[in-house]
Formats: sequence, structure tokens, C-alpha cells
Amino acid sequence: MPTDTADPRYDYALRPPRLPQPVDESLASAPIDLDVRLEMYRKLHLLRQWSKRAHDLFLQNLVKGTTHLSLGQEAVAAAFSSAMRPDDYTFATYRGHAHSLSRGMDPGEALAELLGRKNGVLGGKGGSMHLTDVTRGMMGSYAIIGAHLCIANGAAWSAQMRGTGQVAVCFFGDGTTNIGAFHEALNMAKIWNLPVVFVCENNLYMEYTPIDLVTAVPRPAADRAPAYGLEPIVVDGNDPDAVYLVAREAIERARRGEGPSLIEAQTYRHGGHSRADPGKYRPQSEVEAWKARDPIPMYHDRLLKLGTPEATLTGIERQVAEVVDAATEFAKNGPEPGLEDLLVNVWADGGAEWRN
Amino acid sequence: MAELSYREAVAYGIAQEMRRDPRLVMLGEDIAAAGGVFKTTVGLLEEFGPDRVRDTPISEQAIIGAAMGAAMTGIPVIAELMFSDFIAVTWDMIANEIAKTRYMTNGQVTLPLVIRTANGGGVRFGAQHSQSVENWCMMIPGLKVVAPATPTDVVGLMAASVRDPDPVIFFEHKALMATSEEIPDGEIVDTLGTARIRREGTDLTIAALAAMVPRALEAAEMLAADGISAEVIDVRSLVPLDTRTILQSVAKTGRFYTVEENPRVLGWGAELVSIVSHEAFWDLDGPCVRITTPHIPLPAASSLEDLAIPSVQKIYETVKRTIGGAP
Repeated sequence: MPTDTADPRYDYALRPPRLPQPVDESLASAPIDLDVRLEMYRKLHLLRQWSKRAHDLFLQNLVKGTTHLSLGQEAVAAAFSSAMRPDDYTFATYRGHAHSLSRGMDPGEALAELLGRKNGVLGGKGGSMHLTDVTRGMMGSYAIIGAHLCIANGAAWSAQMRGTGQVAVCFFGDGTTNIGAFHEALNMAKIWNLPVVFVCENNLYMEYTPIDLVTAVPRPAADRAPAYGLEPIVVDGNDPDAVYLVAREAIERARRGEGPSLIEAQTYRHGGHSRADPGKYRPQSEVEAWKARDPIPMYHDRLLKLGTPEATLTGIERQVAEVVDAATEFAKNGPEPGLEDLLVNVWADGGAEWRN
Repeated sequence: MAELSYREAVAYGIAQEMRRDPRLVMLGEDIAAAGGVFKTTVGLLEEFGPDRVRDTPISEQAIIGAAMGAAMTGIPVIAELMFSDFIAVTWDMIANEIAKTRYMTNGQVTLPLVIRTANGGGVRFGAQHSQSVENWCMMIPGLKVVAPATPTDVVGLMAASVRDPDPVIFFEHKALMATSEEIPDGEIVDTLGTARIRREGTDLTIAALAAMVPRALEAAEMLAADGISAEVIDVRSLVPLDTRTILQSVAKTGRFYTVEENPRVLGWGAELVSIVSHEAFWDLDGPCVRITTPHIPLPAASSLEDLAIPSVQKIYETVKRTIGGAP
């Protein structure tokens, strides 16, 4: 393979950019309560500021291992969580910080987990890719592509059997649409009419490779939906209002017993796949165009246009900054787990013994 | 008392637990209307209905994933994988998700689920439908592994597995399906992590599992005719492992043998030999000996499969040859 030849087959940054759609200004008049909108705005800022702090702590060598940030993709988690009931279930991937925080996971416990501290939400045993808080319906972050769609089905099946009206919402990336478990899960969800909403965050790249180069159809999730008797649903994943409307409809459908949905939210990550990736395989003009469609300033402007005082928004931003600062101190001050934690919680009896 | 076959004991044991716990559900391929391809779930659909006994597509990842998702939300589940070889199809779900989730979440998630599967050879199905794969599961921290050898143990260990809050892989042996015995009346509940001495002896200890248990017992009878007294231990549960029973036996006999259906490398017997060599070294009068299938895929032809899997004759001859110290 040539390495010094300008050829878009080998240097994806030379491919034509894939540009975002323009903002749908009519969404300003969508029937969404102002309280909900302000809550989504708060979440957008929390997810953004928390993730930037996680990145800063990585640069300080306090976050080890790997992290996968959702910078740029926050609107999907912020909007979906706002459309969910407190007892609904969330299933996320290794890129699950946004989905965890948006369900109410304590920002300090989440950050402490990234730092490998005993006061982390998983006691330091899970790490960045496995954030879980079942007390808030955050049923886990799953780091191997595909499995959690099948697991989300099981939680939805449980809700269906118990008649609780709970819905499982399962987030994943565009790359997941090419693994077998995706297809097994959609088929089972449909034949069992499960209350589950599958949400594909299509950020155009499966790790380092443009998704269209490795996928048989242009829209990796939506174009597969009809094969499982589902409607193809595509939404602007960078507009919280657009996502909220689609989320509310799909979740309520599921709650009414009308079965699963598959939603493709088109979005973009501002950074690379993981902390090791500068994301140089993307055309610069594409990155710039998507950064200009950053959900946060767009939503800030929309809320202003809707008559929200600037002071209200800056107040939310300041309050989030305080939360993130406090979370940072909580995480940094946490002790490291030790031998007393190592052999704990393999089994339900709390221990790790496998023999007598 | 009722005479039950091993295959009938599976449904009997499941039914006992489904009557006890109305939340308990099961799912798998062909388990409901068809009663299971090995007829191990006959009658369950009729008694418990299609909501609790569910047929699934041929989607092993979806089956095991659904079991996990239901279990983590408090619904106890029995999932069937038609053949244990198919564990490989859903290994991500079992080894990466189910086994590790409790530890990774520091105890937040409990998974009360049982994965039942037809294991082992002797029925001429060839290399992809005859494997003994209990070692695959034994080597993953976070999975309990059970392999009963008798109908009574099928019922009792099924109950113990269903009632256990941790994930259990339950291996039903294909070659034992037609064997039968009288089983006790009333509720039968056994204990995981307990081996059973099937035959007492004084000269050597043989540890065997599932279909190798009756073969070891038969070989022990042949040895007895030669004046050699073999103690036969049915290991029953690989995780948790009852090493105490085995070590006590070796302390008495001074010689240790394993009979394993699995291909040789890293079989459960290797772990047992390691434990015995380390912890009962001064009790031993000779080297530990493993009798296993050679390290090959299982062949289909009757003659070849019989040559591969440890036979009564092979167990007998190996003990006879080695008990005096020969390699």
C-alpha cells in the first residue's frame, strides 16, 4: 500500500467531506416545555464540561488506560434521558460517560472511576468503559460491540413480563450495525414486541474508518430497519429538540406496548475515537463544518430567541462548572483501592472463592 | 419413588423450580412446542405456558443476552443452548459479559441465571456437536460450572443452580440421557460445590465427571476383581470445586487419577492434579495420572469416537499399568 501518495483510498482525510444538515429553525416552536429545554441545556453543559475535565485529567496523567469522549455528541444523551422515566433502563457503550451522567450518575463518582479510585462508582474495578449505576437505571456501559443490544432486550422482556411499563433505551455507534448481535437483537425485539428503543449515534466513523466504506447501505441503522419490520427513523443528532421529539414518541410507543424502534441520530465527535487518536483521518473542512453545528451554542441561541434571559443560561453554566470542580476534587482526593478490594464481588456472597 | 431417565429428570427438575418460583422463565431453540431436541423440556410448555417457556430464533447471542438482561432486572432465567459447542457462538456474552459484570460493577449487578446445554460425545455427532467444553467455562472467573452424572443429581443440582444468585453453566450429558434410576419423592435440592464419593476404596482415587463416572465405576469393579480397591469420586461441580473431598480421599489412598472426556490440554483434571501435587504431595505414593481424550477434535465414526473417549477398558488398563509406578 502506498504511504506517500495523495490518494483518498488510503488517506481518508482526502475524501470529500460529509457535511451536516442545516439547523431546522422551526424546531424552536416545537411543543417542548421550557423546563425540559433548560434541563437539556444543563445536561449539555454538564456532559461537555465534565468530558473536558476528564480530558484535562488525562493530560495530567491522572486518568490511565483509555477514554472515549462524546464531545460534540452530547445532544443525543441529553435529550433521550430527558424523555425517559426515572425507572427506565439505559444501556450504553464504552463511550458511555454522557449516557451515565445524563441519567443522574454522580459526576464525582464517575470521574473518580476514571481515576481508578476507591470512591469511583465501581470502586475502581470497572473503569472508563463500564460506568454503571443501576440505582438510576443506568444498566451498564458495554465495551464489546453488539452484546448490549441483546442484553437490553432482556431488560425490556423483564419489564414486559412484570407489566411495569418500563422501557429500555440502548445507545450504540454506527460501527455496531455491522456485527451479528445487532441483527439478532433487532429480530428478537420485533418478534417479541419488546419495549426497547435502539439508538444509533452515527458519527460517520467506526473508530478510524469512514462508516460508508464498510457498510452496504448509506444509512447504517435506518436502512437496516425495514429488514426487521421497523420504520427507518433518522434524526438530527445535534439538535436536542429534534432528538427529544423522536425520543418521546419512540419511548411512549414502547410504553404503550407497540414494540421496538430503531433510531439513527446523525452526529459527529469533535475529537478522535479514543484518547490515543487525534482523528487526522477526517477532512479538515468536515471537522470545521460539524464544529460549526456544535449543539451547545446552537441551543444557547435558540433558548435566547425563545425569550430565556441570558442570566438564566449563564447561571446554569456557572452551576455546572461548580459541580465539575467539586467532582474533580472528590475524584482527586479519593484513595486508591487496595488488596481489601481485589478479591471482592466476584460472587454474590461478596467473595472470590472458587474452591474449598 | 419414581423411575426417571436422565432426560426426564431435566424437565422434572425445571418444573420443580418453576412451580416454586413463579418468576422463573426459560428460553431456547425448540424448547417449547417441540419439547427440546433431546426431549429434555417435554411438558413444560403445557404446564407453564408460552410466556414462561419461550421458543427463540437460532440466535445464541440474543438468547443469552436476553437471559442476562432479564436476570439483571431481577427475573431468574434458564436459557438453553442446544449443544454446548454453541457456547462458542455466544462466548462474548458468557465470558465477557455474564462472567465479569458483577465484578466490574463492584457488586451492583446480580445475575441469577442458568445456562443449560447438552454436552459431550458418544453419540456419533462429529467434532462440532460432541465436545466436552466444561473446561472453557471453568477457566473464566465468575462462572459456576456443574455437570451431573445421575438423574437424581440432575434434579438436585438444577434446583441448586436455579436458586444460586450467580450464573451457572449446567452441562447435561448426551450419552447419559437414556440412563435412569429411582429418584426420591418430594423436593430435591442439592448443594453446588460438593463432590460425591460413588464408591469407596483404599488403593487409589479416581476423579471423574458426568459420563466418565459410570465408566470409572465399571473399571473399579474390574480392578476389584484383581484385588485393587479404587475409590471413585464424582466431581459434579467444577466451580465451586470440592477439593476437600478429593484431598481427603488421596490422603487415604495415596494415588490419584482423573478420567476426563475433554481433549487433554488444560482439562479440569490438570487443575486437580496441580492441587493434589501441591497440597497432598506427602500423601502421594506415585505420580498423578490423567486419563483423557487425546488432544484431537472428536471424530464421527463409531470406531474412532470409541477409541478417542476414555473407555472402561482404557481406565482399567491405565490403572493396572501405572499403579505400580510405571509411566
